[in-house]
Amino acid sequence: MISFKHVTKAYNEENIAVNDVDFTVEQGKIVVLLGPSGCGKTTLLRMVNRLESITDGEIIINGENSMDLDAIELRRKIGYVIQSNGLFPNMTIEENVMLVPDLLGWSKKEKRERFTYLMKLSGLDPEEYGKRFPYQLSGGQQQRIGVVRALAADPPVMLMDEPFGALDPIIREKIQDEFLQIQREVKKTILFVSHDIDEAIKMADKIVLLRDGEIMQFDTPSEMLAHPKNEFVSQFFGKDRAIKSLSLHTVKDLQGIIGLGEVDDSIQDTKTINVHQDLRNTLSMLMNQEADQVIVTDDEGERIGSITIDLVQKYLHFEIKGKLSVSQEG
Amino acid sequence: MERWLNFLEVNASRILELTVDHAILVTLAIVVALAIGIPLGIYLTTNEYLAGVVLQVASITLTIPSIALFGVMIPIFSLIGQGIGFLPAFVALVLYAQLPIIRNTYTAIKNVNPEMRDAAIGMGMKTHQRLWRVEIPNALPVIMAGIRTAVVLNIGIAVIAAYIGAGGLGVLITQGISRGDNYLIISGSIAVAILAIIADAFLLMIQKFFTNKGYSQVTAER
Ligand SMILES: Nc1ncnc2c1ncn2[C@@H]1O[C@H](COP(=O)(O)OP(=O)(O)OP(=O)(O)O)[C@@H](O)[C@H]1O
Ligand SMILES: [Mg+2]
Repeated sequence: MISFKHVTKAYNEENIAVNDVDFTVEQGKIVVLLGPSGCGKTTLLRMVNRLESITDGEIIINGENSMDLDAIELRRKIGYVIQSNGLFPNMTIEENVMLVPDLLGWSKKEKRERFTYLMKLSGLDPEEYGKRFPYQLSGGQQQRIGVVRALAADPPVMLMDEPFGALDPIIREKIQDEFLQIQREVKKTILFVSHDIDEAIKMADKIVLLRDGEIMQFDTPSEMLAHPKNEFVSQFFGKDRAIKSLSLHTVKDLQGIIGLGEVDDSIQDTKTINVHQDLRNTLSMLMNQEADQVIVTDDEGERIGSITIDLVQKYLHFEIKGKLSVSQEG
Repeated sequence: MERWLNFLEVNASRILELTVDHAILVTLAIVVALAIGIPLGIYLTTNEYLAGVVLQVASITLTIPSIALFGVMIPIFSLIGQGIGFLPAFVALVLYAQLPIIRNTYTAIKNVNPEMRDAAIGMGMKTHQRLWRVEIPNALPVIMAGIRTAVVLNIGIAVIAAYIGAGGLGVLITQGISRGDNYLIISGSIAVAILAIIADAFLLMIQKFFTNKGYSQVTAER
């Protein structure tokens, strides 16, 4: 758990990067710091592992005030992933990944086992990649190693500063999925910086939306999309925030509320979609094909119904717009 | 050509002996220069103000003509009865070697990617761990380049040391000039050139040996 208690950071008198920030990252959850460039996301993150000093307020990590801890020990207990070039080019992948365990004095055998386990998690072969140097890996592989390295000593807390920022969109989505998969298993307390709205919606249990160092809203992604607290928040998520919020709902959610359509066998060449797919992807699939329906299948591949643009729209209206209109009245 | 071979036959052992003297003088000077220059260069990365001063002084030293610097050494070392010979030449060479060594060490460490340094601190490395595991390994190619410059520079300058009685291959050249003996001049010059080429190739080999694939690639990209 990481608690920010009225945290302020002033680089100098005029330059207040973070102003009276107060929120908590619960045990095992991902909180995404989101906001425009220069709003103080990186500064906030770096105060946690004391790469930046705290001007006012305090940060409590798993019950201990960060300033009461030894900086070196604190950092070794916090996994830290930075945007790019975080890997050391003079070390092999294995040396890179096992750096913190090495600093902590683990035995050779412990390190070896942990390395094998971590590489399996990341889907890279430990034998093949362990002896390579960072330049011998693709950008996506390097990024995975960056994440795995932060997990090496099994730290309870992770700080991730735009870890997937340098990747192209397709690889980025893939690595996001992989990471969420890993997180389900390891359940770390994570503070994650992003300036990509879609990434934040996808990764976050809760989002902290910042502007000029101040919190504009601290909420779950769906709450923030449905009930933006002020003009800045609704502007930030844009006019298409209803569509964005579709990515938080699956075909299964729709099925549960308004039900799926019949399968029309007269239509040729319709595509199929898994019932756990999110509605945003479903919608774009529907809009990119000739036929006006997509067949929905369950995990066994059985056809369980069909979905159309009309159905998505209906769902959007009842489920999401309904909430939106409430917020506008309130 | 025959006379040339004749000359070599008669003088080979002397040339070899002077080459060894030359190499010893330069090697000792470089070893001492490294012992001073590398720690100093590393220390200067933590002290901006001192870095400016030291690099300035070292640059000025390098612009002093070698014959003049050797000249200055004589009266100074006369005070301890060592006015001419090995010691003043050795001290002058140490001074000349400082600039390339200090400057390259300083810039190489300074230029280590700040994100890499940040990652090292953020992962909980202590200052000396960061220095040995990250900064020095990544700075090594540039530091080695500085050492090679210093060695080649010193081999050339040590020729002048013959004028203050420090021996070495300069002896052949100065004798050749005073006697008007072209064979002496040419064989001295060629020996100096060969010594420099061999020394540089040897250092390059060491550099390759100590540089693993990871950072040889990094330097190739620079
Ligand atoms: N070392 C520093 N000294 C002075 N001001 C700084 C320093 N680092 C950051 N700032 C200022 O603090 C503010 C917040 O910077 P920060 O890096 O936290 O922004 P960010 O939200 O991470 O932006 P980005 O999305 O561009 O990475 C900016 O106005 C920046 O100019
Ligand atoms: Mg930033």
